[in-house]
Amino acid sequence: MEPVTMARALNLSLRDALAGDEQVLVFGEDVGTLGGVFRITDGLQKTFGADRVFDTPLAESTIVGIAVGLALRGFRPVPEIQFDGFVYSAFDQIVSHVAKYRNRSGISLPITIRIPFGGHIGAVEHHSESPEAYFTHTAGLKVVAPATPGDAYGLLRSAIADPDPVIFFEPKARYYMKEEINPELEVPIGSARVAREGSGATIIAYGPTVSLALDAAGAAEKENISLEVIDLRSLSPLDMPTILTSLQKTHRAVVVHEAPVFGGFGGEIAARISDDGFDLLEAPVARVGGMDAPYPPSRYEKLYLPDVDRILEAVDIALAYG
Amino acid sequence: MADVVQVVGTDDPVRPLFSEAGELRADARSGLGLDAAALRDLYQKMVLIRRADKEALNLQRQGELGLWGQYLGQEAIHVGAVAALEPTDWIFPSYREFGMAMCRGVDPAEMLTWFRGLSHGPWDPRKYAFAPLAVPVATQVPHAVGFAMGSKLRGDDDVVLGTFGDGATSKGDWHEAMNFAGVFRAPVILLCQNNHWAISVPLAKQTAGSIAERAPGYGFPGIRIDGNDVLGVFAAVRAAAERARRGDGPYLIEAMTYRMGAHTSSDDPTRYRLDSELQAWSAKDPIARYQSWLQGQGLLDEAAAAAIDGEAETMAEQMRTRLRAAVPAPAGEAIFGRVYERPPDPFTEEREEFEASLEGT
Repeated sequence: MEPVTMARALNLSLRDALAGDEQVLVFGEDVGTLGGVFRITDGLQKTFGADRVFDTPLAESTIVGIAVGLALRGFRPVPEIQFDGFVYSAFDQIVSHVAKYRNRSGISLPITIRIPFGGHIGAVEHHSESPEAYFTHTAGLKVVAPATPGDAYGLLRSAIADPDPVIFFEPKARYYMKEEINPELEVPIGSARVAREGSGATIIAYGPTVSLALDAAGAAEKENISLEVIDLRSLSPLDMPTILTSLQKTHRAVVVHEAPVFGGFGGEIAARISDDGFDLLEAPVARVGGMDAPYPPSRYEKLYLPDVDRILEAVDIALAYG
Repeated sequence: MADVVQVVGTDDPVRPLFSEAGELRADARSGLGLDAAALRDLYQKMVLIRRADKEALNLQRQGELGLWGQYLGQEAIHVGAVAALEPTDWIFPSYREFGMAMCRGVDPAEMLTWFRGLSHGPWDPRKYAFAPLAVPVATQVPHAVGFAMGSKLRGDDDVVLGTFGDGATSKGDWHEAMNFAGVFRAPVILLCQNNHWAISVPLAKQTAGSIAERAPGYGFPGIRIDGNDVLGVFAAVRAAAERARRGDGPYLIEAMTYRMGAHTSSDDPTRYRLDSELQAWSAKDPIARYQSWLQGQGLLDEAAAAAIDGEAETMAEQMRTRLRAAVPAPAGEAIFGRVYERPPDPFTEEREEFEASLEGT
């Protein structure tokens, strides 16, 4: 198979899900005729018809709200939230209903909510947010974020097939990253992958920061520092065994995400490592991420977001221990 | 304006049944096609759900329930609306619709386990076509519309009833759902139980306009009716349901009623409303009115009314006994049991640790 972009891999994944199960419905703002502002749903309405792939009015809360009703009716809804910063108006429906409906009714809601997230695209305000921790904090949801075209394909298939609701974060800055994909390869929810093997320290990343972590590992190699990179793929559930196995080798961990460090998902990872792997550690778990300030105007985003230098600085500090 | 499309037609089979004031016209009342047994059944159901409401309040006062939200005074809407639907038509309630739940066959004792703190959802919604209660105001309305969109996609002829109070019409979810209902021409009846109070805030401070008249702005008809007339509610919901079943789309019914009780057992309405208002609405009590009408028609003699009262007492006694006998689920099951269909490993580990910690206690 020819290499494909992540955008194309997501499109193929939706296409295969629609073809494989006639209960799958794709809807949201501009997903029909236009094919989505990022073209993730390009051509799907043409192939599967306007009953199964449809544009909705511009109202995120009710886009998610109708997904609840359609799921109760036996459909597998895959609504799209156009940008990370617009999911907040759907927050009540997601947290109060999507996450808790099964707990009060015994009825599973197989809803996959797709959300392009993260920065580095030079956008205006509300288009570069990393809201994942709001959702990992909510029981009843599964939260995933692929970092590669192959995982984007496989993880989306797993999310749509899952009987429980999944928040599917797409790293929009990586939409045009290309690789060969194998649609046969299953990517289960809850399973991290070692993106690069190394021995000196472990960088833990997900979504857009995985390729950044790999860049950092490449740069470190030139200075004879060996870094292992873990791509979490799934934030909730979190694959602690993969993290702890790596730490048995490296004894040092640096967590990298774009979201602000304070109250961010990295805090949960650091705390879990401290709970389950305290004896493995030679250094405190470091966190590299966005600053505790609102996402800045785009001219400043490169300074605000983690970069290779900030990762390597954290690695140096970790290596200086013990 | 050429770019504005009237999605839903202006045909309105409900309005001709009612006077300008929202009263069911005499010819419509006699033309409902309900036989004596069906007419008595509406009365019996109103008496039963009112007795259940009273019993639940008593149980709350005795410390058996943490809370109770009375629907006293709104029985005509609960009974009339459910009777007008097919049993397979789903209902999406807010949190004051236990009377409707009972009309759908939900066991009142089981239903009260919600207020007893034993369950977030005591009944299987699929068994009764009755969704779980929605506590965040107006959030159930998008679910009703989505479910109705699904009915249309499937080509089925069932319709959906989404019900809410006057306060809900202030929320964004309500407006969004109304808009979706119009755009997708969903087979849904949107039933506002306008009981004049959202906790302590009166209707005049809730909205500056007519709720019913908002419907045309979303592309479908709406009507304000007397919500304390069980036959009026029945007629309106049935006509709106038939219209939706034909494929003519949504309908908004604003049923005017009054919350005779407090918002919940934790509330004290004497702090914000006048006794005179309560007295005025007492005169319009839906059960007394209907009883008097039935008697005038020769359809309910004293013996029949007494038999129904006796039945209500028996039901109340069973509620007490059965509620007190309700066996709580084991804690592990109650807390973790229904969250996921496919529970993640860390979740299962936490449950197992919790359950192990309970052993020997």
